[in-house]
Amino acid sequence: MSTTTKRTREALNDALREEMQRDENVLLMGEDIGVFNGAFKVTNGLLKEFGEKRVRDTPISENTIVGMGVGAAMTGLRPVVELMTINFSLLAMDQIVNHAASIRYMFGGQVKVPLVVRMPQGAGHQLGPTHSHSWEALYLHAPGLLVAVPSTPADAKGLLKSAIRDDNPVIFIEHEYLYGQRGEVPDDPDYTVDFGKAAIRREGTDVTVVGISRMAVTAARAAETLASEHGISAEVIDPRTLRPLDLDTILASVRKTNRCLIVEEGWPHGGVGANLAALIQEQAFDWLDAPIGRVTGADVPMPYSKPLEQIAFPHEPQVVEAVRALFGE
Amino acid sequence: MAEPAQPRPLPDPVTAREWLQTMLLIRRFEERAGEMYAKAKVGGFLHLAIGEEAAIVGCARALRDDDYLISTYRSHGHTLARGSDPNAVMAELFGREGGLCRGRGGSMHMFDLEHRFMGGYGIVGGNLPIAAGFGLASDYLGTEDATLCTFGDGAINQGTFGETMNLAALWKLPVVFLVTNNQFGMGTALERHSANTDLQERGQSFGVPGMRCDGMDVLDTHAVCTEALKIAREERQPVLVEAVTYRFRGHSMADPEEYRTKEQVAEWRKRDPIATFADRLQAEGVIKEGDEEQMDADAISVVDASVAFADASPFPSPQSLYDDIYVLGDQLQGWYSVDERGAGVSRGEHLGK
Ligand SMILES: Cc1ncc(C[n+]2csc(CCOP(=O)(O)OP(=O)(O)O)c2C)c(N)n1
Ligand SMILES: [Mg+2]
Repeated sequence: MSTTTKRTREALNDALREEMQRDENVLLMGEDIGVFNGAFKVTNGLLKEFGEKRVRDTPISENTIVGMGVGAAMTGLRPVVELMTINFSLLAMDQIVNHAASIRYMFGGQVKVPLVVRMPQGAGHQLGPTHSHSWEALYLHAPGLLVAVPSTPADAKGLLKSAIRDDNPVIFIEHEYLYGQRGEVPDDPDYTVDFGKAAIRREGTDVTVVGISRMAVTAARAAETLASEHGISAEVIDPRTLRPLDLDTILASVRKTNRCLIVEEGWPHGGVGANLAALIQEQAFDWLDAPIGRVTGADVPMPYSKPLEQIAFPHEPQVVEAVRALFGE
Repeated sequence: MAEPAQPRPLPDPVTAREWLQTMLLIRRFEERAGEMYAKAKVGGFLHLAIGEEAAIVGCARALRDDDYLISTYRSHGHTLARGSDPNAVMAELFGREGGLCRGRGGSMHMFDLEHRFMGGYGIVGGNLPIAAGFGLASDYLGTEDATLCTFGDGAINQGTFGETMNLAALWKLPVVFLVTNNQFGMGTALERHSANTDLQERGQSFGVPGMRCDGMDVLDTHAVCTEALKIAREERQPVLVEAVTYRFRGHSMADPEEYRTKEQVAEWRKRDPIATFADRLQAEGVIKEGDEEQMDADAISVVDASVAFADASPFPSPQSLYDDIYVLGDQLQGWYSVDERGAGVSRGEHLGK
């Protein structure tokens, strides 16, 4: 399979373009996605290529643009709504949870809602509490939604294409830090990544480290340090989608390594790790040689000041330290 | 109290009788639903639209078959007017498998795709953006379908109202927004929740022209909605219509009605939309002495049958709990919804597809 080196934002742009070419009922809506080419340039050039009917700049009305996406999806279109960042999705929580997620169920299966809501998250740009949080746990919580958290350019492309083709509402969570990261992306226009299949980023025998969103990258780096400096062989798993969740791959790894650490950028209470730890201990208690560990964002609104912000979300040394703690080191 | 509209001409006799029959059906259905609630056959919240029948039938009959109607949690009447099977509506109230939504939605969440009744929604103001989305799809796909979205006077103060008016006008969507002004949002009177009580005017600064109709008069409501739909459909111009009406019963079944006087209710009841329309039909010879009684008896027997149907319809099976959360494709249900309540992860194998 031939590949090309791309940044995540380019891979996402390719996914949108290819799916718009493939299906004329795919349309994009969002704030500044057209003339401005996107706050993070993911939609760069698409207005020019597809025109105003299919690439729609919207007013700053998050709840309503998501709601219009819901209505349009119920009546034959496949809208992809971009929210400028995930923080603003809280204004659209009503349409996402009370409507998009519930409509098929509460109407007895009479309609489907093939909607994608894309948005980036993540700390590290000194944007303070209203612009820096990670909310995958919030959307994972709601039955009716699918949740994708890609961490590589190839997955970003393949999962977005799958999301657009899927008949369910998908919360597609990108990461601001990852937009500029490069990776190999398959050229095949039919390349997709299935939801519900975790990726084993690095094989290992001593401990399973599950990393969510950007933390899959952080975990993989920590695993190199653990191997070279501490003689610990870590298996790094990136679930890629949280709903559906490929619990089988995670459990198989834990049964092999007997230890597990979960790394996420979001808050600890009610986080992805809290949920995953519960599932793992229910299913693989007898295989665990140590309590399941978690490294999470600090339990604070994200501070602005650089040194404070940097200690408020996980970095490689914290992951290394937390893994070593599982071995009593 | 708003002044009655100038009398409008009657439609042809067959149509006029059908409108009266449908209003009677809604009235009798709502009354019976209330009785069934008192008997605990119906659970949850139950919001009746008694008094609002003209506002419902008037707007529903202005629609073409392919147009979309979307409403609120007070929408038994809307879905009945659209042509839904009364048996299935009653069974939905009873929470039965034979309900419109297989007992998943209940009173507040009716839906009938076949008749393009696109839902009752329990979130005040939540249906407005969705209606604009229907309009967007109609426009995008190049169909002639229009959408009519009803919501309450209370809902007009939600953020989605302003957001949706702006977007619908900006994108020239074929949507009529019908604010059913029944004078109250729960127990809060219009003049206590809105600084500007001229509701039809509230869209103007967004570029959405307003019209008002007498929501106690099926003819006036029909005429104004017909005109608004024509503008929306042909000029691609959303319109806001205010239907001035009154609900005769409490907001829901649990409402001691301390926020209004008996005299006020009695005043409005004098303008009962069914009685006034029936009188007019009789005065103009469309129906004769005894016809209304016969039509009413017909409505009651339809409602009787719906209760019998609902009672006989089984409750949904426990095995169906996870049905229709997702469009499954090739997947098992549990692939998406891990059933974590029991020992061991169930992937829904026991449930099948
Ligand atoms: C977002 C939201 N807030 C509050 C409620 C509770 N609630 C249900 S109906 C209602 C009054 C709405 O009044 P109106 O829009 O005039 O409609 P009506 O009930 O008169 O038909 C309220 C406050 C709700 N369902 N949704
Ligand atoms: Mg009201």
